[in-house]
Amino acid sequence: MTANSTWTPDQPIVSIKNVQKSFGDFQVLKGIDMDIQKGEVICIIGPSGSGKSTLIRCINALNDIQGGSIKVEGQEVHDPDLDKLELRKKVGMVFQQYNLFPHKTVLQNIMMAPVLVLKENKAEVEERARSLVKKVRLGGKEDAYPGELSGGQQQRVAIARSLAMRPDIMLFDEVTAALDPETVKEVLVTIKDLAEDGMTCILVTHEMGFAREVADHIYFTDRGVIVEHGPPNTFFDSAKDERTKLFLSQIL
Amino acid sequence: MTTHSNQNRFAVLKPIDTTRRMSYDPMTLSRSLGSLPVWTPFAALAVAAIWPQIVYAQTATGVDPIGALWRWAPFLITKGFLFNILISFLCLLLGTLGGLAIGLGQISHVKPLRWLCWGITQLFRNSPWLVLLFIVMLALPFELTIFGNTFFFPAWIKAVIGLSLPIIANISEIVRGAVASVPTTQWEAAESLAMTRRQAMWRIILPQCFKRMIPPWMNWYAILTMATPLVSILGVEEVVNLTRQAIEAEDNLPELLAPFYGFVLILFFIYCYPIARLTLRLERRFAVKL
Repeated sequence: MTANSTWTPDQPIVSIKNVQKSFGDFQVLKGIDMDIQKGEVICIIGPSGSGKSTLIRCINALNDIQGGSIKVEGQEVHDPDLDKLELRKKVGMVFQQYNLFPHKTVLQNIMMAPVLVLKENKAEVEERARSLVKKVRLGGKEDAYPGELSGGQQQRVAIARSLAMRPDIMLFDEVTAALDPETVKEVLVTIKDLAEDGMTCILVTHEMGFAREVADHIYFTDRGVIVEHGPPNTFFDSAKDERTKLFLSQIL
Repeated sequence: MTTHSNQNRFAVLKPIDTTRRMSYDPMTLSRSLGSLPVWTPFAALAVAAIWPQIVYAQTATGVDPIGALWRWAPFLITKGFLFNILISFLCLLLGTLGGLAIGLGQISHVKPLRWLCWGITQLFRNSPWLVLLFIVMLALPFELTIFGNTFFFPAWIKAVIGLSLPIIANISEIVRGAVASVPTTQWEAAESLAMTRRQAMWRIILPQCFKRMIPPWMNWYAILTMATPLVSILGVEEVVNLTRQAIEAEDNLPELLAPFYGFVLILFFIYCYPIARLTLRLERRFAVKL
């Protein structure tokens, strides 16, 4: 990680420049630029199919890009020589469908990667896992299997599982979209706690109230470009672009 | 007429696609065998007991098929049928280990390896078993010296290897299919936690496929067991071969053919029937859970 040495925490922790991404002939991202500072909470909003999820999946190299550059802590993500595993140790991700491992208990789900990937001491990891379970307010569910939990509970386990790797950045891909309305809040509260602890969070979300309350910066994407961006108050109260206004009028 | 054919373009008018091929059921044997009622083995035993008596009553030569079968049965079971079981176990062991390796090879990211394993699977799945047996029989030497150690390959060992080949290929397909049936989101979750492909495969994907693989795996065991008499053609002294010898020892009386071979048939049936029932039961139990 020699490229890392030039990066200092006052520079953007994630720097996205002119990113292009296509699936076959269909261009999903048409030149995206974004700079995210350490500790910032970023919300990406926009109509479905506008490339939001694709964009954040490019940040941890689950998707590749055809042009432009994404740098995480100064390291180019789409450098063919990049050690993807090193990148993913720093960037945690939570998915819409939770994607917990159904054959493992809550505690095992959380402990697995630190023990297997980071080769950490099992007893230490277990201690950390137990405190994470409490942190996401699931104390007592340590030995439950994912199938025995509600969607909201599973999603909080997924957040804890990702946090157990002690990432620098967390990606949230529409994490409340598959949840019942009454469980959405418990997940959002967990994310809010994280944000208050200073974690860098990048969220794709449809929760406008949450975005307004928690985000430091909002990006609005449509058809593969960033149409408008700004701090939440400016963005929600005085949007300039017609597309943004139309979208906000439909959703709010 | 034009209006009529235009109407047919609306998919909603044709909810059932009658042209579609019937989907392939990999468990035909267990399904047909295992769905027989539980009294079937007893009925078969009864027929086996009564049949020789009918034969006895109808023959003028005074042959006693029951007596002959009674004398030979312990020998046929202990020296013959148990050997078939041994062959089936060894083939299953080789087939499972080989099938797992080749099956994982089929989903490797290394292209030449993937093609090789795909080729091996297709070749052995789609070849007549007897031809494979003959090839192994003739291709393998009787003894092989490696680094001063001489290994002997008696006919029955060669038969085990030959019979394993189609099992390897079919279990390879079971493994490939089971891994493919795990949602790709599980791979993504493992990847995003910085797991390597190997870690994801062995810790996340395979443990979830394991239950799904058991019923078709047992189904292939039943098929394999029924195929073990094939090796008699190669001179291996298993149950069918010994039965023929027993009949010869009883002066080749034609009255003995049906009772003796019928007895062998029932041995296989009684052994495979519970396996098929268990296979179906496990299939039902595992089907509900993802």
